[in-house]
Parts: sequence; structure tokens; C-alpha cells
Amino acid sequence: MSPTDATATGGLSAPTREVQAVKADNVDSRGRLLAADGTPLKASLARALRQEKLRAFMLVAPLLLFIVITFVAPIVDMLLRSVDNEIVPDTVPRTVSVLERDFDPASGETPGEAVFRALYFDMFLAAEAKEHTRLGSRLNYEQSGMASLFRSTGRRLDDMGDTYKDPLEDLSTAWDEAGYWLTLMAGPEGGAGATEVAAAARARVLTLADGDLEGDTDFVPGAEIAEILPTTAAAYSDFAMFASLVDGDDIAEEEPWEAVHAALAIDLENAETLQAIRGYDGPGAVLLKETAAKADTLPPAELKPAFIDADEDWGDPANWQVIARYSGAYTPGYFLAAVDMQKGAEGIEMKPDNEQIYLLLFWRTLVLSVTITFTCLLLGYPIAFLLANLPMRVSNLLLILVLLPFWTSLLVRTSSWIVLLQQQGVINDTLVAIGLIGDDGRLEMMFNETGTVIAMTHILLPFMILPLYSVMKTINPSYLRAAKSLGATDFTAFWRVYFPLSVPGIGAGAILVFILAIGYYITPELVGGTSGIFISNRIAYHISSSLNWGLAAALGVILLGAVLILYWCYDRIVGIDNVKLG
Amino acid sequence: MAALPPYATTGQRVWWYGFRVICGLIFFFLIAPIMVIIPLSFNAEDFFTFTPGMLALEADAYSLKHYDDFLTNDDWQGALWNSLRIAPMATFLSVALGTLAAIGLSQSHVPFRGAIMAVLISPMIVPLIISAAGMYFFYSRIGLQGTYWGVVLAHAALGTPFVIITVTATLVGFDKSLTRAAANLGADPVTTFFRVQMPLIVPGVVSGGLFAFITSFDEVVVVLFMGSAAQKTLPWQMFTGLREQISPTILAVATILVVISIMLLTTVEILRRRSERLRGMSPG
Repeated sequence: MSPTDATATGGLSAPTREVQAVKADNVDSRGRLLAADGTPLKASLARALRQEKLRAFMLVAPLLLFIVITFVAPIVDMLLRSVDNEIVPDTVPRTVSVLERDFDPASGETPGEAVFRALYFDMFLAAEAKEHTRLGSRLNYEQSGMASLFRSTGRRLDDMGDTYKDPLEDLSTAWDEAGYWLTLMAGPEGGAGATEVAAAARARVLTLADGDLEGDTDFVPGAEIAEILPTTAAAYSDFAMFASLVDGDDIAEEEPWEAVHAALAIDLENAETLQAIRGYDGPGAVLLKETAAKADTLPPAELKPAFIDADEDWGDPANWQVIARYSGAYTPGYFLAAVDMQKGAEGIEMKPDNEQIYLLLFWRTLVLSVTITFTCLLLGYPIAFLLANLPMRVSNLLLILVLLPFWTSLLVRTSSWIVLLQQQGVINDTLVAIGLIGDDGRLEMMFNETGTVIAMTHILLPFMILPLYSVMKTINPSYLRAAKSLGATDFTAFWRVYFPLSVPGIGAGAILVFILAIGYYITPELVGGTSGIFISNRIAYHISSSLNWGLAAALGVILLGAVLILYWCYDRIVGIDNVKLG
Repeated sequence: MAALPPYATTGQRVWWYGFRVICGLIFFFLIAPIMVIIPLSFNAEDFFTFTPGMLALEADAYSLKHYDDFLTNDDWQGALWNSLRIAPMATFLSVALGTLAAIGLSQSHVPFRGAIMAVLISPMIVPLIISAAGMYFFYSRIGLQGTYWGVVLAHAALGTPFVIITVTATLVGFDKSLTRAAANLGADPVTTFFRVQMPLIVPGVVSGGLFAFITSFDEVVVVLFMGSAAQKTLPWQMFTGLREQISPTILAVATILVVISIMLLTTVEILRRRSERLRGMSPG
């Protein structure tokens, strides 16, 4: 690299270049140092640093991406699920919006007819999609009886519609013909009618169907008929979309749902509608006019009494308060339930005493974890002290005895404790054999807290010993000797000199054991019985048995929060980079 | 502490021996529960305890029937086969991704090093039940719940922190001038990696791999939720066995697993000492 090259990039004029070349060949006109290729050294170094950073990051990126997708995303998903309440607005969207407008939960009354009408059409569609029972189970977490209320009412929806369908069929058999309905509702303009009605119905069906589609349709209700018969157009669109999208049926051949007939009866109650029908002459106008003329022979369109007749619980204002309270897309309900609280009529309150379980369980998890951490410390400290103060060759051999349990399968260790602790197990048999206890006085060491504490102390002990050992190994033995030569007794030397130096190891080991203990599942499940179980066991129960995933997620988030705080402390005290294995 | 000095007082002598007895008892507590299942697995009866015949060392009180059951029972063999299908694949993923990341993290200039490290180590810290719950919810959303790959990905995620920790530990004493020297002599980065860096960090990679393998091979909580019957692994089969009290075959399986862990432990220890010796960090 010649000085000419170096300065040419600097864009200097010829005379200056010569001066520069004489003075120094690596400094430009402004006195900046230049790199070998002529760029300012600072920029060149910055670029090199950037490249190095980029290279390092590219090496880390694949794993980071992998962990984010396979691990962090699931955890975030769980966070969202713990507040997710979309099932309510998704399953009964119209009911939720009418409730919000027309219903005052504080009034202590049941909502009016409008709410029941919205509920009827929402429920009918949801029942076709078999989603109403899921909504029932969701609300049942907040108020028992809701699951059976939704299930039983789901079976009565057809009957409620038949009240109107049968008289309509008496007026004309055309009212149960798929072809006539399609002609009437589709209107004259084909796909250019009331597109917003069709789109709303499509959105409702797609939400309920959850992506499991069999077919499609281009049905759009006619603009004029949708204006004259708004309820019917919406109900028919629900039917048309569901039948073609989810069931894959041809709506020209499928008789509409009973809900559509009920909707027509509702529309025909309105005097303005009757007036408008007189002026209507689109497709199917003749029969519609005939029916409208005899509208007063149809039974009154009252769905509220029909619902209360189907299940009297619909007349209970408390149930409606619960639905109104849990109608938002997000809810603190699961978190409240996780700490034994609930949303009552006057805001947040504690649950009745006999329903409180989670606070007790959290408390027990805490107490047992602290006990286990303490027993681990008690047993681990002498071992770590011994290992740290023996000659390397001996301590390496003894370390194997600590590492072997560490490497042994968790289930192997749990099964050995079951073998040892059970009523007919090795320990009880031995005690009986040497006559310490009678055959009828066998100790109950399993399926209670004792079993959990003993087994988990054994399982977590290596996690206490290893950090303690690595800290104690660094304590210079001459400190102890110095203390003794200054007149300290063995105990004082240990307590005033050695112990304070080993405190970082105690902190590291204790936090590690505690973190591992509060999230334990397998061992408490197998040896804990009912009194020795942890919050984790309850989480597992809600995931696989009660299927209350929201509550499982909320309990999980609380536990995770506790662990993350401890993790942060651990990082502060030990540094996560300093974790050593074996 | 090393030896009892000749001038020790009686009290010191008592304490010296007493302390060793206490430590001996704690070692007994650590090891005895694991060892007790080994003789029990040869029990000729279907009991979980020592029969009088066994205590009297009668030959016909011992038998291999539980081992025979393990080797012939379809449930156990299927579970073993599933474990052997899942663990190596999960280990491979953990080791490949974890080693690269550990090398990246050990460079001197890594942006957001602390935050990245915290995220990468988190699968080891987050309680398994929470990982299992989150993965169950999320993987069933994307259709991976109850599939082979779902379990493999979950186990790979759980295994990577161990690989990162062990490989980072071997890289701590790594002399950077070795790679610079290789580059100076004309080796390209790939050659440098495989011919210079890799041989030195291999012990860390192998022990990280063994950790990842044992993590997957022993793991039961995540697979309980994530897997379907077709992914029933050995620990899962043991868990159901213990919960339903089916047969002492579990003890035979446990004994086999103890033998496997002794072998793994020995390998890891040998590797660790070799690595320390190579890098001159330990006299032994």
C-alpha cells in the first residue's frame, strides 16, 4: 500500500499529497489516523467491530430463534391464555353487545326480551357448531350450574323454533321448502345484495368453526329483503353460511333451521315490516304477502318465557350478572380464582371459606420448599465442607457419590423411595424386624408431607452440595489457621471466619434448590398423597383432568413469576454464566 | 482438616471422628436408596421388599424374571424404543445449535449478551410443569401436540442450556491466538473451526451432549403432556407403573438405568478431567 493510495481516497489535491507523503503516510489532512486501505482508522475499526458483532450474533441467532419458537412462544401463549376470555364474545357475540347496551347488572332483574332474542340466535348457531357446551363449561368456573344450563337449553332450541315453524307450515308448505327460502332471501340481484349481513354471518361461522371448513358459498341476502326482514336475513345467513361452509351442504336443498322461522315470526310482529311487505314485489313476494296478511294468527314472538320454560335458571338474575361480568375478551377471573378470590356483585371479594384451596396450596408449596431447602443445607454443608478440605484424590472419589444420584434418573430415585418408605417397605420391615415398632404400628412415611420432604431432599441434595463445594474450594485454609493461631477456638474460627466466606455458596445452593423445589411435580405426585402435593400438581390436574386451562395458566403464571424473581436474584448473586455442572 | 494432629485434645478427637460419622451417614443417605433397588430387582416374588429367603441368601429367592419381563413385554419394549428414537434426535438438535451459540457467546463483542444468555438458559430454570403446560397449549394450537417432532423439539429446547453451559466452560480457557495462528497460516474459518477449535472443545461438547441426552431420556413431565400413546417413553411407562402399582419390573428397569447413569457419569468425569488437563487447569 503506497502513500498515494492512502491519500487518494482522502480526495486531496496534488501538492498537499506530496507534503502528506513526506510527513506521515498514515495520517490524512485532518490529522486522523488511516488504516492500511486508506479509510480512517476509527471507521475501519468500527467496521471490524461491527463485523465481529454480526458474526457472533449470527452464531447465536439459530439457537435464539429456536428457543424463542419452541420455548418462549409457548410461555407467552400461556400468559395470554391466563387472561383470555374470547370464548364468551366469540360464542354469543350479539348477546354480549345487547347485554352491554340494555342490561344493568346492578338492577337485580333479568334482562329484557331483546337480550333473549339475541341469545336465541347466538345459541342456535353455537349449538349447531357444538360450541355452546364449551361456553357453558367456561362460565361454570365462575358459577356452578352454568354448564348444565347451557347443555339443557341447547337441546330445547329446536322446540322453541317449532313453536313458529309449525304455524308457518300450516299457512303454506312452502315455508319448509329449501328452494323457496333461498329464492326469497337471495333477492333478485345475486351477489350484490346486503353484503355486510353475509360478511357478519360468515365471520361468526368462521370464528365458531375454528378453520375446519368443508365447502363455500357465494350466498348474499337481497338488499331489499334484508331491509324489510332484518332478523330473518341475519338468521338465514347464519344458516346458509354454516350449512355450506362447515357441513358442505347445498343450501338450495337444505331446509332452513327452526331459528329462521322464529326470526320471521319476530320480524312479522313489527307493524312497519308488515307495511313494507305490502310494497315488496321481489322474488317470493306472493307467499310472503299472504303470510304477512295472516301474521296475527302466529303465536306471539316471546323468547324470554320460552327460555325460562326450558330452564328456570334463565330467570335468575345472578346467572345474568355472571354472563355480563365475564363478557369481555379479557378477564382477571382466572387470576382471581388462583388466589381464591372472585368478582362478586360489589367488586372483588374473597371466596367463601369452604371454597378456598389455592392460597393454602401456595402456602404449603412455600413451606415444603423452604423445609426441603433447609434440610438440603443441613445435610449438604458438612459434605461440601468435608469434600473441600480433603486431599484432591480422596475428594474426587467421594464426589462420585454425590454425582451418582445427580445422574440417576429421577424416576429411579422416586421408585426407590417408594420401595423404602411404603407401609410394607424396607424401612418399616427393618424397624419391625429389629423390634423398634410393632407390626401394627408401622410408620406412615408415604402419601404425606414426610414422604415428599424425604424424597425431594434426597433428589435435590446434589444441587446444594455442588455450588457449596465450588465456593468452599476457593476458601484459603490458611485463614482458619491464622484465626486459630490468634487464639480462636475451633468453633469461633469456623463461625467467624469460614462460615461468612461460605455464605455465597449457601445463597447459590439455597436459591437453586428452592427454585427446583417449588416447581416440582413428579415426586410429590407419586409420594405426596393429598397432603404432600404442590401447586404444580394442581396445575397438572387442571390441564389434564378438569380441563380448566385458563386457571392452570393463571396458576402457572404466578408460579413462574415467583421463579423468575428468584432466577433474577440468583443471576445477581452467582451470575448465570457461573453455573457449573458436575 | 486433612489429618488429626497429634496434639489434638480429646474434644477435638471426638469431633473429628463424629464429623466423619455424620458425613458417612449422609453419604449413606445419598447412595443407599439407589443401591437398595439393585438386589430387590432380582426378587423371585412380586414384592417391593426383601423376602425372608432373600435375606437368608437362598439362591431360589433370586431370579431374573423381572428382567425377562422387561425384555419380552411389548409395553416396556415399545417405551424403550420410543426413548431411543426421541433422545438421540433431541440431543443432536441441542448439541448442534447449542455449540454454535456457545461459540458465538464466548466472542468478546456480543450485543445484548446478558439478555440472550438469560433467554437461552431459561428452559433450565422455568419449572418443568410450566414449560409442559405452555408447550401443551401452544403445540396443540400448531398441530404438533402428540407428534414425534413435537416431543423432540420440546426436549431439544430443554437440553440446550446444558450444552451451552458445558461448552462455554471449556471455551473459558480457550487461547484465541490459536485460531489467529491458524488463520495466519492460511486456514479458512471452517478449517480453523474443525482442525483447531473443535478438538479442544470436544470434551465440553460431548459432556453437554450427554447432559442433553439424559435430560431427554429421563424427562417425564413434558412428554406426559406433549406426547400421545405413540410417544410413550421409558420414564412415562415407569411413572404410570408407579402410580398404578403394576409390577416390580420397574425395579429391573431402574437397575438398568442406574448402570447406564454410572457409565455416563464415568464418561463425563473422564472427559472433564481430560479437558482440564489439556488446558492445564488442574494438576491431576
